[in-house]
Amino acid sequence: MTVGVEQIGRPTLRDPWVLGALGIALATFVFALGQIPAVAAGAYPSLSWSWVAGLGVEFAFRLDGLALLFVLLIAGIGVLVLAYAGAYASAVAKGRRLCLLLAAFMVAMLGLVAADDLITLFVFWEATTVISYLLIGFDHEQAKARRSALQGLLITGAGGLAMLAGFVLLGITAETFRISELPAALAGTDMGSLTLPLCLILAGCFTKSAQVPFHLWLPNAMAAPTPVSAYLHSATMVKAGIYLLARLHPTFGAHEIWFPVLTTVGAATALWASIQALRQSDLKLMLAHTTVMALGTLTMFLGSSAPVAIAAAVTFILVHALYKATLFLAVGVIDTHTGTRDRGVLAGLRASLPVTAVAVFAGAFSMAGFPPFLGFIGKELKYEGALAIAQEPGLVVAAAVLANAMMVAVAMVVSLRTFLGERPGSLPARVPPRLMVAAPLALGVLGLLFGLLPSIVGNPLVQPAVTSVLGEPATIKLALWHGINVPLMLSIVTVALGVAIYWGLDRITAGLDSIGATLGWNGDRIYDVVLAATLSGAGRVTALLQHGRLPLYVAVTFVVVGASLIAGAVMDDAAVWALVEIEPIEPWEIGSLILLVVGAGLAVVGRRRLTALSGLAAIGVGTTLVFLMHGAVDVAVTQFMVEALIVILVAAVIPKIPPFEAVRSTRPVRLLRAGVAAFVGLGVTLALLRLAPPVDRKITAFYEATSVPEAFGRNIVNVILVDFRALDTFGEVAVVVIAALAAFALLRGRRNSRGLS
Amino acid sequence: MSTLILRTASRMLTALLLLVSVYLLWRGHNEPGGGFVGGLTAAAAFILVAMAEGWRVARRALGVDARLLALIGLAIAAVAGLLAGPLGLPFLTGLWWKEAGLPLGTPLLFDIGVYLAVMGSVLTIAFAVEREV
Repeated sequence: MTVGVEQIGRPTLRDPWVLGALGIALATFVFALGQIPAVAAGAYPSLSWSWVAGLGVEFAFRLDGLALLFVLLIAGIGVLVLAYAGAYASAVAKGRRLCLLLAAFMVAMLGLVAADDLITLFVFWEATTVISYLLIGFDHEQAKARRSALQGLLITGAGGLAMLAGFVLLGITAETFRISELPAALAGTDMGSLTLPLCLILAGCFTKSAQVPFHLWLPNAMAAPTPVSAYLHSATMVKAGIYLLARLHPTFGAHEIWFPVLTTVGAATALWASIQALRQSDLKLMLAHTTVMALGTLTMFLGSSAPVAIAAAVTFILVHALYKATLFLAVGVIDTHTGTRDRGVLAGLRASLPVTAVAVFAGAFSMAGFPPFLGFIGKELKYEGALAIAQEPGLVVAAAVLANAMMVAVAMVVSLRTFLGERPGSLPARVPPRLMVAAPLALGVLGLLFGLLPSIVGNPLVQPAVTSVLGEPATIKLALWHGINVPLMLSIVTVALGVAIYWGLDRITAGLDSIGATLGWNGDRIYDVVLAATLSGAGRVTALLQHGRLPLYVAVTFVVVGASLIAGAVMDDAAVWALVEIEPIEPWEIGSLILLVVGAGLAVVGRRRLTALSGLAAIGVGTTLVFLMHGAVDVAVTQFMVEALIVILVAAVIPKIPPFEAVRSTRPVRLLRAGVAAFVGLGVTLALLRLAPPVDRKITAFYEATSVPEAFGRNIVNVILVDFRALDTFGEVAVVVIAALAAFALLRGRRNSRGLS
Repeated sequence: MSTLILRTASRMLTALLLLVSVYLLWRGHNEPGGGFVGGLTAAAAFILVAMAEGWRVARRALGVDARLLALIGLAIAAVAGLLAGPLGLPFLTGLWWKEAGLPLGTPLLFDIGVYLAVMGSVLTIAFAVEREV
C-alpha cells in the first residue's frame, strides 16, 4: 500500500541540549521508581529551604503517594514524549526549542506536584501556565496558534490569580502554608470561614483542568504540536487542577459545598464534552474533547469522600494518562504519515502503519474499558465508586455510564475506522521516524501489562496515592475479575450503548451540527465578545483618563488632593483643632508673612509671566524662612535650592513661549481655577490646623538617642535619610531618576513629532 | 542674559558653588547638608554656566551625559547598599571604616550616589527643557 517512501523528520536526538533534557527526565523517573518502597511504607521524603521566613513561606517539597504517582507519570511520559518530540521536529533548531520547553515544563510540573507549600505550589503552577503559553503558541507564525495560546493564558492565568488569593486566605486562616499540615491546623475551624478561599481555589482548579464553562481553551490548545498536546493537554498540565483537588481533599473534603460543586461541575463537564467530542471530524480534537470529559469525570469522583470513589479517581488518572498519551502520539504518527487527521478520510491504515495500529488498538481498548486492559479495571472501579457515593449515586452513575459509552464510541472511531476498511488511494504514505512509532507502542503496551498484572501498580502506587487523598490509610485491591456484579452489568450496558452511538455516529454528528448552527452561539464567540468588550472598555477608560490635556490633569490632581484633605479633616471625629491655642506671632515672623502674602498676591494678579513667577519665588523664600525660624535648617536649604532651580528653569522657558496675554483664558475658566485654588487652600489650612499642636515626640526622641551611637552622625535628618531609612531614600532617588528620564523622553518625543509634522 | 559681568562672575561663582555642593555633601552627616541638597547645588552651578555662556558650554563642561550621571548615582547608591550583603547583613546596613581617622563608610558612599543621581536628574530635565524650547 505504501505509495511513496520518504523518510521525514530529522532526529534531533544527537543534539546535546535534547540529550540533556532526556537525561533529566530519565534520571527523575529512575529516582522516583527508587522511592516507591519508602513511600508505600509511609516514609515520605521531604526537603525544605527557608524562603520568606517572615511570612512563614518555604520552598518545601514532600513526596507522598499522590505526589509520587504524578512524578512517575510526568517523568515517565516525559521521557517518551521528549524522544518522540526529537524525532517529530523537522529541524534541529526547532526540535531543540521544543524539547527544552517541554523539559522546562516537566520541571515546573514536577515542582508543582512535589510542593508542600501553598506559595511554592503557586509559583510552579504559574510556571506551567507561562510555559504552556509558549508551547501552545509554538508555531507562532500561525494566527490560530497565537490566539489559542493567549486564550489559554488568559483563562488559566485569571484562575491562577483567584487561586493565589485563595491560598493566601487559606494560609492566614490556618496560620501555615504547609499543605501537609493544613488538615490538622484547620481541625475545629468553622468550615464557613473557608468557603471564600475554597471558591477561589476551585476557580484555579477548574480553569486549569478545563471544567465547564472554562473548558474552551483546551480544545483550542490543540493548535500546539502533537508532543505538546500529548504531554501538556492530556497527561500532565490539565491534571494539575485535578491534582490540586486531590491534594486539598483532606482539607476541604468535609466542606458542605465540596461535594455538590465538584459533582455538578464534573458531571456537566463530562456530558458537555462527550457531546462535543462526537461533533469533531479531526481525530486530535475528538481526543481533546474526551480529555475534557475525563477531567470532568475525575472532578466528579473527587467530590466524594468514599474510599472506592477516590480509588476510582486515582486509578483513572493513571489509566487516562497512559491511553490518552498513547492515542495522541499515535494520531501524531498518522498525521505525519498521511498528512491528515480527518476521520472522514482516514481508513485502512493497518498495512502501512502496523505498529501504530497495535498501539492505537491497545490505547483505544483501554479507553473503551475492554478487558484485559487497565482501562477495564479503571471503569469497573468507577462504577463501584459511583454506586458507593452516598448522596447522589443515581446522577453520578448515569453520568459515568454515559461518558464511558461515548468513550467506547470514540475509541472505535480512532481504532476501527482509521485502521480497518479500504484505504483511499489518494492518501500519501510517508514513513514516520521509528522513535515516533515506538513511543505510543510503549505506552499502549504498559496499559495492557498493568491490566494483566494490576498488582504491579495497585499496592505500590494506587494505594499510597489513595491514602494521601483520603488523609487516612486505605486498602485498595485492583483486580480484573470481581465476579458478576452491578459494575459488570453497567459495563455491558456501556459497551452496548457505545456501539449504538458508533453506528449512528454520522447521523448524531449531523444532528448536533444542525443544533449548533441553530443556536449560532458557542463558547469561543462568547470569549471573543468578552475579550473585545474588555479591550474596548479599557480603551474608553484610558481615553477618558489620559486625555493629554495638562491643565485638566493638574486640576484633577489638585481637586483630589483638596478633597481628601478636607474629607480627612471633616470625618476625623478625634481631630484636635489648633485654632484656640495658636501661638502668638513673633515680630520676626511678620517679615516672612509679608513675603508670603505679597508673593501670593503677585502670582494671582500678575499680568506677565515673569511677574507671576517672581510672586511664586517670593512664596518659596517666605516658606523657606518659616522652616529656618523653626529650626528645620536642612529642609530650608533644600527648599531654597528647589525654589531657585524652578525659577531658573521656568525663566529659561518664558521668553520662548507666547506671551501671557495671547493665551489668556476666558472669565469662567479663570473663576473655575480660582475655585480649585481656594478649595486646595482650604484643605491645606484644615490639615495644618488639625495636625498642629500635639506633635508626638516619641520618634524624635528615638532618633536623638540613637543617631550618634548607632549611625555616628549628629544631623538627625541626614542620618535618617542615608542610614535609618536609606531604603526609602533609595526608592525616592530612583523615582527622581525615572522622572527625569521620563521628562527627557517626553520632551524629546514632542520635538521629534513636531519635526515630522 | 549673557552679559560680560555675568560671564566673568560665573567662572568664580560656578567654582564656588561646586565647592559648596561638595562641602554640603561632606558635612551632611553632622551639620545641615547632605547629598540631596548638594546635588541640587551642583546642578545649579552648571545651570549658571549655561545662563552665562550657553547650554552647549554647560553640557561640555559636564563632560558626561546627564542621564548617565543620574544612573551612575543610582548605581553607586545600590552598590553602597549591596556591600552589606557578603557580610550577611540586610541590604543598606551602614558599614563604617574609621581606621583612616575620617568618618568614612557606606552611608557616605550612599550619599554620594544620591548627590550624583539628583544632580544628573535635574540637569537631564534642564538640558531637555532647553533643547525643547
